[in-house]
Amino acid sequence: MSADTYPHSASMSLQDVTVEFGGYMALNNVSFDVEAGTLMGVVGPNGAGKSTLFNAIVGLLPVRRGKVTLHRADRGSGALAYVPQRDSVNWRVPVTAMDVVTMGRCCRLGWFRRPGKRDRELVNACLGRVGLWDHRSALMTELSGGQRQRVFVARALAQEASVLLLDEAFSGVDAGAQEGLVEVLQTLRDEGRIIMLATHDLTNLAGRFDKVLCLNRHVCACGPPDQVVTSEVMEQLYGAHGLRLTMNEER
Amino acid sequence: MIDFFIAPLEYGFMVRALIGSVLVGVMCPLVGAHVVTRNLAFIGDALAHAVLPGMVLGFIVGINPAIAAVPTGVSVAMIIRTVSRRAGLSMDTSIGILFATTFALGLAMLSRATTIRVNMEDLLMGQILAISPTDIYVSLGIAAMVILGMFALHNWLLFASFDPVGSQVFGRRTSFVDYVMMVMLALVIVIGIQAAGIVLVMAMLVTPAATAYLLVRRFVSMMIVAAALGAAASVTGLYISYHFNLPAGPAMTLVSSAIFVLAVPFKRRAPV
Repeated sequence: MSADTYPHSASMSLQDVTVEFGGYMALNNVSFDVEAGTLMGVVGPNGAGKSTLFNAIVGLLPVRRGKVTLHRADRGSGALAYVPQRDSVNWRVPVTAMDVVTMGRCCRLGWFRRPGKRDRELVNACLGRVGLWDHRSALMTELSGGQRQRVFVARALAQEASVLLLDEAFSGVDAGAQEGLVEVLQTLRDEGRIIMLATHDLTNLAGRFDKVLCLNRHVCACGPPDQVVTSEVMEQLYGAHGLRLTMNEER
Repeated sequence: MIDFFIAPLEYGFMVRALIGSVLVGVMCPLVGAHVVTRNLAFIGDALAHAVLPGMVLGFIVGINPAIAAVPTGVSVAMIIRTVSRRAGLSMDTSIGILFATTFALGLAMLSRATTIRVNMEDLLMGQILAISPTDIYVSLGIAAMVILGMFALHNWLLFASFDPVGSQVFGRRTSFVDYVMMVMLALVIVIGIQAAGIVLVMAMLVTPAATAYLLVRRFVSMMIVAAALGAAASVTGLYISYHFNLPAGPAMTLVSSAIFVLAVPFKRRAPV
């Protein structure tokens, strides 16, 4: 993909990244590269380190060994966007879809500047791109799981992010809405962005992602879905149950 | 009826008390909107108790206690934030330790300070009728700073409240915004203590904001309605205290609570 033609093209490389908390090795020698214009699925069992990996990439967790290299996506510049897990959001704060997308303009504005006409137009355009213009005045708590995810994606667009990390993005989202979300993400991928989505859902990996990272505290496999989703890899990820998952998929 | 409102204002202390009530009634709920949505009620209570040593020190060295309370409140707010981040303790635990320590320090200082005569009840329950012109100026200065801070950082404050992890990824400004939030909380508590005292300032901080949370949809509307309800409750409480010879702090608190009870049947918000 000639992603260099797009303003949002970035690339990412992890080399031997190791993360430890209090003696527990959450990630061990994780290495992989992601080029611009890639939609990557990150799969693995609970405790595999999917969220830890995202936190290490964005700089929220210190890397004990190894290196995360981000090209054209400096931390703190707004180029990295993080779509949080449902549980880490404070849903008690009464904000509308538009309020959330407007938050995406924060880092592009100075400390004491309020969003202006251009910012408001951009926010409206971002809501339109994810198909939520009609829901702009709805409170976040009034939206479905899939719609909430799309609002967070619109926020990432408003902040002009080149790299989007979505943690457990399909959790609480029905199958139809999952496909809707993937469609939106694929259009953003086509503009040169890197999108990584951690999920427990192994449905249609080949149809959804360009690359799949199979993680179980270390990289079990990383590459095109049809090459990495093998019975050996599934067994490494999920034990004996992994074999059954592969057989069901093949059937 | 007009006399009910006008007659008390013949006295200078009542005019000052009225200005003080409006300031408390507006400022505490404005910050209280964040307190209610961020679950910071305990920290508000702790900060109110933690400014006691500063106030006592103010009495001892002859500085206005409201002025002396400002650095104490701000320092304790910063320490709570830092301890909870660095020590890996929950915010509640850090608050529990610092709350008791600073309040105990204030009580110990009070018992040793034989040269000053302070009515402990006034500190705990507030004494808005005794509010001095200097107290008013301090409160006005604090109110101006807090309003400016809230206006300038509105989107960041909202972002950090709603999605703390996402906002951290966004930039290092989030921890600064959190510190500013704590400082603003400490500052409005200093205003609130003058009217409602250490114990009852919580009522002004939390109750009007909680009432507004039930009644309106958006956060900005919640702040505006909370400030209006807070001002109405504190001014009504002040007049009730004057005409029925009741202490002002408890009267304001009871009016605020009555408004909350009346609002419950009209709530528009489903539980989250």
